[in-house]
Amino acid sequence: MATQLDALLAQAEAAEEEAKRSVTVEKPLELHFDSGNLLAIDPNPLNETEFRLDREGYLKNVTRDNAQLLINHIWSLPTENVDGVVIAKLPEGKTPIPREKPVPKAKPLTRWEQFAKLKRIKNRKKSKKVWDEQLKEWRPRWGYKRANDKGRDWLIEVPNNADPYEDQFAKLKAAKKERIARNEFKRLCNIARSRKLKVPGVGLPTKDDPSKQELGTAMSLAKRATASVGKFQESLPKEKPRSTRKKRKFEPLIGDFLHEKEWQLGILSKMSNKVPKLDVTKAVNKHVLEEEQEAATEKEKRGGKRKNGSKSERRSKAGVKPDARHGHRNQGKGKGKSKGRGKDRVKGKVGKGRAAGPRRVASARGKAGKGRRGKK
Amino acid sequence: MEGVVKPRTHRGRRVLEAREPKLRENDKSALLLQGASSSMLLKTVLKDMHSLKKPLSVLYRKKNMTRPFEDQTSVEFFSRKAECSLFLFASHSKKRPHNLTLGRIFDHHVLDMHELGLESYRSLHEFKVQKCMQGLKPLLLFTGEEFESDLEHRRLKNILIDFFRGPSISAVRLGGLEHVLSFTAINGRIFVRSYRVLLKRSGVKLPRVELEEMGPFLDLVPRRVRIASQDLFKRAMRRPPAVLRKPRKNVSHDPFGSKLGRIHMQQQHLDTLALHHGRALRKPRKEGKGANSENEESESKMGKVNGRGKGSNVGRKQDVKSRSKKRRVH
Repeated sequence: MATQLDALLAQAEAAEEEAKRSVTVEKPLELHFDSGNLLAIDPNPLNETEFRLDREGYLKNVTRDNAQLLINHIWSLPTENVDGVVIAKLPEGKTPIPREKPVPKAKPLTRWEQFAKLKRIKNRKKSKKVWDEQLKEWRPRWGYKRANDKGRDWLIEVPNNADPYEDQFAKLKAAKKERIARNEFKRLCNIARSRKLKVPGVGLPTKDDPSKQELGTAMSLAKRATASVGKFQESLPKEKPRSTRKKRKFEPLIGDFLHEKEWQLGILSKMSNKVPKLDVTKAVNKHVLEEEQEAATEKEKRGGKRKNGSKSERRSKAGVKPDARHGHRNQGKGKGKSKGRGKDRVKGKVGKGRAAGPRRVASARGKAGKGRRGKK
Repeated sequence: MEGVVKPRTHRGRRVLEAREPKLRENDKSALLLQGASSSMLLKTVLKDMHSLKKPLSVLYRKKNMTRPFEDQTSVEFFSRKAECSLFLFASHSKKRPHNLTLGRIFDHHVLDMHELGLESYRSLHEFKVQKCMQGLKPLLLFTGEEFESDLEHRRLKNILIDFFRGPSISAVRLGGLEHVLSFTAINGRIFVRSYRVLLKRSGVKLPRVELEEMGPFLDLVPRRVRIASQDLFKRAMRRPPAVLRKPRKNVSHDPFGSKLGRIHMQQQHLDTLALHHGRALRKPRKEGKGANSENEESESKMGKVNGRGKGSNVGRKQDVKSRSKKRRVH
C-alpha cells in the first residue's frame, strides 16, 4: 500500500515537474520587458548555424520561447477579476517614444483674465437655468429661449426723455449688434497682444455720448472715407482744418555748410550727454502695478482664506476694470476720474509718457491722495 | 489676423481642439500611401498593414507623385491632412525595388525615416489559418544583438515599436493576448513574422504558449536612413512635468470625494498656545479720560459689542459696511 502511494506521489511530482518545465525557458541573458507596451527585447546572440539549417523553424522556436517568457511576465502582474474575466493591470510604458506634437505651452491670458488674476477674482459657478418670473418656469440663463429676455416684449415703454418717434425695438437690436462687434474686436485685440502684433485699427468705436473731440475725429474720418480720400469734400462753414501730417522739408544738397556742421555737432553732443529721462507717470504706474501684483501673490501664498465681509471691501478696492474707461458708466462722473484726467495730461506733457493711459494714473492717485490702499 | 482659424461650427471647434498639442497625447495613427510607381506586392503590403493597424490607420489608395527622401513636404502635408504622425510609404523602382519607407512626424515635420527593401513577402491571405481579432494590441518581440548595438538599428527598433504597439491601455485581459509580432535582426536582414498565440493548459497556473503563423511575413533589408539629430530627438522626447509628477504619498480619496490622509501632530503646549484675542477678554479701557463725543460716535458706528466674546465677528461686519458706505459717497 505504502509503496503504491509513494509511486503515485512520485508520478504526480514528476507530472508537475514536467508541467513546470513546459512553461519555463532558460536564457543566458535576461530579457528586457516593457509590459506597458507588451514588449520584450531579447539581447541574446542568435545561433547562426541553426538559422542557416532551418530558418523558419529556428525563428519560430526563438519567438515561442520569448513569447512564453513575455506571457509569463504579464501573467505575474497584479490581476483583477471584472465580470468573471481576469485582467492584468499594466504599468505605463517604459520605452521612450517621441511625442507627436510638442508639449503644449500655457495659453496667454486675456486682458480680463490678467486682471482677474491680479485681483483674485474667481469664477463662480452659476446655475444654467433661471426662474422666469413672467412665464413662471425655469429657462436657460442665456441663448435661445432665455429667461427674462427683454427682446421678447411686444411692447416697450418709451423712456422719459427719449424721442417719442424713436424705434425702441431697433435700438435694442442695434445695441446688441454693437455689443457683439465690440466683443469680437476685444477678442482680436487679445490675440494680437498675445502674438505681439499691432492691434488692428478701427476708425472710432461708437459711443452713446461722444465728446466734442471724438465727434470731430469721427467727422474727419468720415470725410476721408471716399474713393478720392476726401479731396472733393466741401468743408462746413466754421470747420477748422484738421491737423495733417507736416510735409517733410529737405535741406539743399549743397549749401550752408556752417549750418550743417552745427546741426551734426548738435546730434553728437545730444548723444554724448544722454541722461535717461524720468517719466514720472510711467514710474508711478509701474510701481503701483508691482505692488498690486506682490500683494496678490502674497495673498495666494497665504492661502485662499477670506475673512468675513472682506468681499465688499475688496470690490471697492478693485480699482477700475481693464476696459472700464470705455464703459458708459464712467464718463465724467467716475471716482474722481474727471478730475484726474486734466492733471494727467499735464503730467503727460512733462514726462512725455503717452504710453501710460489715464486709467492707471487714476488708481495711483487713489492711493496717493486718499490713502485708500494704505494699511488700516 | 493671419494664421488664426476661428471655427464656424461647434463641431469644427471640437476637431481643431482635438488637433492641438496635449499633455497626454492620443494614440498615433499611421498613414499608408504609395508613390507614383508601386508594385502589386507593395499594395498588398499596405492593405495588410492597414488591416493589422485598424482603426489607427489611414490608407490612401491613389498614387502620389512624391519621394520622401528627396522632398518631405508632400508627406508632411498628407500627414497633416489625415492627422497621422506615422507613415509607411511604398514605392518601386529599378534602383530600389519593392521599397518601403517607414517614418514618423513630430510637430508636423519629419523626425526620422528608414528605408527598407522588401526581399520576400507572404500576405495575410496566403496563410489559410484562423486570424486574430482586429484592433488588438500585439505582443512585440525583438531578437538579435544588432537591435542593441547599432544606433540605426536602435532607432529602427524604436520606430517599429511606435508603429506597431497599437493603442495605449491600462489593463489587458489575460486570455486576450492573441497576436505576436516578432522582429529578428540577423546577418544584416530583419525578419518580421506574425503569429497567433494559442494558450494551452500546462498543469500549473501559467499557460503553455504555442504559436501558429498567420502572416504577414516580411524579409527586409535596411537601405537609406535619415535619423533625427540628437537635439531634435531629445526635444521630441521631452515629457511635461505635469505628466511625470508622482502621486502624493499618504493622501487618498474615498468614493465620496473627500480627501483622506494621516497627519502626524506634535504634542501641544497649552501655555504657549496662540489663542484668539477676543474683545471680551481685553482689559476695559479707563473711562472718563479721553472719551469725548466724537469718539463715542465712531464707536457706535463700529458696532460696539461688549461681552460677546468671540461673536465680535458681527461687529467687524458692520464695521466694514460702514466704511464701504463712506467710500461710495466720494
